[in-house]
Amino acid sequence: MTSYPHAPGFIAGDRPQIVTSRFQYDDSFTLERYLATGGYQGLKKALGRTPTDVHDEVKNATVLGRGGAGFPAGTKWGLTPQGKWPRYLVVNGDESEPGTYKDRLLMERDPHQLIEGCLIACYAAGLSQCFLYIRGEMAVAQERVATALNEAYAAGYVGKNIMGSRFSVDIVLHWGAGAYVVGEETALIESLEGNRGMPRLKPPYFPAAIGLYGQPTIVNNVETLANLPWLLVNGAEAYTAIGTKTSPGTRMVAVSGHVKRPGVYEIINGTTTFRDLLYGDEFCQGIRNDNQLKAFVPGGGSAPWFTPEQLDLPFEASQVGPAGSMLGSGAVMVMDHTTDIPRAALTLTRFYAHESCGKCTPCREGGTWLERILSRIVDGKGTDADLDQLLEVGESICPGAFPHASSSELGLSAVPFPYRMNTICFVGPSAYAPVHSALTLFRSEFEARVTKRTRIPVSGSVS
Amino acid sequence: MARLTEENVRLAREIIARYPRSRSATIPLLHLAQQQDGYVSNDAMVHIGELVGATSAEVFGTASFYEMFKFEPVGKYLVNICGTMSCALLGADELIHHAEHALDVKLGGTTDDGLITLERAECQAACTEAPCLQVNYRYRFRVTNESFDQLVDDLRAGRLDGEIPPHGTVARVRQRVAADRVVGAVAPADVADGPSWFDGKAAL
Repeated sequence: MTSYPHAPGFIAGDRPQIVTSRFQYDDSFTLERYLATGGYQGLKKALGRTPTDVHDEVKNATVLGRGGAGFPAGTKWGLTPQGKWPRYLVVNGDESEPGTYKDRLLMERDPHQLIEGCLIACYAAGLSQCFLYIRGEMAVAQERVATALNEAYAAGYVGKNIMGSRFSVDIVLHWGAGAYVVGEETALIESLEGNRGMPRLKPPYFPAAIGLYGQPTIVNNVETLANLPWLLVNGAEAYTAIGTKTSPGTRMVAVSGHVKRPGVYEIINGTTTFRDLLYGDEFCQGIRNDNQLKAFVPGGGSAPWFTPEQLDLPFEASQVGPAGSMLGSGAVMVMDHTTDIPRAALTLTRFYAHESCGKCTPCREGGTWLERILSRIVDGKGTDADLDQLLEVGESICPGAFPHASSSELGLSAVPFPYRMNTICFVGPSAYAPVHSALTLFRSEFEARVTKRTRIPVSGSVS
Repeated sequence: MARLTEENVRLAREIIARYPRSRSATIPLLHLAQQQDGYVSNDAMVHIGELVGATSAEVFGTASFYEMFKFEPVGKYLVNICGTMSCALLGADELIHHAEHALDVKLGGTTDDGLITLERAECQAACTEAPCLQVNYRYRFRVTNESFDQLVDDLRAGRLDGEIPPHGTVARVRQRVAADRVVGAVAPADVADGPSWFDGKAAL
């Protein structure tokens, strides 16, 4: 376990490193270092094989998408309709989920690895142009990727006749201007077309069928693509030897909040548990000041919360889903016993209310309602009727039972993920998730905060 | 209030040429305008519309969706303090309160000398280094009241000029591709077949 002054936030350990192997070098972002550490060898191997062969290798490795949904990349590439050209690759580097940061580190610390991953994806799926969309606020990531692209073009790794082969593809660096919802893949495409970044209605706008400029488009997350160079060098068998069958390889997880050693860790997928992560010596080493753990958000701000009862769950979607939440984008936010739960829920709900694009009424109006009612409660001006109103507003965003964790103390059994939703994308439900979790698992804290209305008996006229 | 300069128009055309459809360059060109003037002026949006083939209203429609574009001048330094979950758990609200007092402005306001505009931002992807802030999108981690005051001193004294460009410039490095290396963007309607290298054989 080591941290590096040049990569603040990242903490290495005695574990396999698939995507962070170069973070130890302070010049890890240069072409020189990249080539000296096996760079572009995965691409070279890929170009010596047929595209179908490379595609199969990725399919066999079951590289799960690291953006939030966890859909296997190889399967996604296969969803483009036959005979429709051109097809595009759009790289989602618009990382803005609360608690999440791994793509920023991967772009800042190892931009060539990402570029190589993009090229392998284009080659395998027959994609004729790549657009690398980086979040607007990430100035250093943009500079590092721009520099790396300029170097790679000049050295023959991107552009015409890559590495002297018949393979030619451009990578266009594109950058955003501040909008969380653009991380949703159809909103990302809208933004890339020069429009307001509002999600498209699906179906029919599944990007693989109808994406950028109405063409088949693969949208992959930065970390997903960053896995490909290693995979091509070492093979699917080596990849699946790490982690579990359904969640192979590693994944990057940012743990923040009330822990002793917050950090971004590359963990073994599928087997590492939340307890390992929060209390393990090689990870966060426990809760700050040895306080009690109260609750944690297991998969980015959009995820329903867990309590200490769920600590032994591993990073495995097939177990976290039935337990009432999701792994999302690899972000754990930890709250100790001193946390003011209604206020914590408010900070998250405020985020989603603020970031609603306004397209769907339940999210635009509902998110704002949730924020206002919560603010009122936090400011001590709420009544007990507000608590039911929160749930009522939530019901209009996500009808039916909303996922939550089990609690033996409260006698609750888990409601499994996912939820039903009245909105096009996940921003609306995400505004509700923290409210619902907080109110379900910590209702007494809300009740202590609100005024109980007293019914005034009507017994006659006032005068 | 200015249209893009001759040099920036040349740059704009270079950017537009990378996309199959020119309107995709709208956001990059808005950044270019903001880099030129420190904010996005009406004249610049009219000019961008001419360059990408959109009306000025469409350009403004796009621009107004995105947080980073400012339509009136802001301070030379835009200080964004993160107020989302992880930062809030570790004192962001107190830091914002301190910053408002230290700078004698409310959130969204600019100091009298026109140097610093203070805003609360949403999650900036540095959650383990909370509370964090960005000055013109350059990070400061684990910020305390004292280190905030020091930062303001340094900004006022010009000690960070080398690291932090004035508001409007985000990345200082641009993508540059030599003409003999670029494959070139083609309008989707002009593409009938898959790429020539995608023929079932290995490329090397």
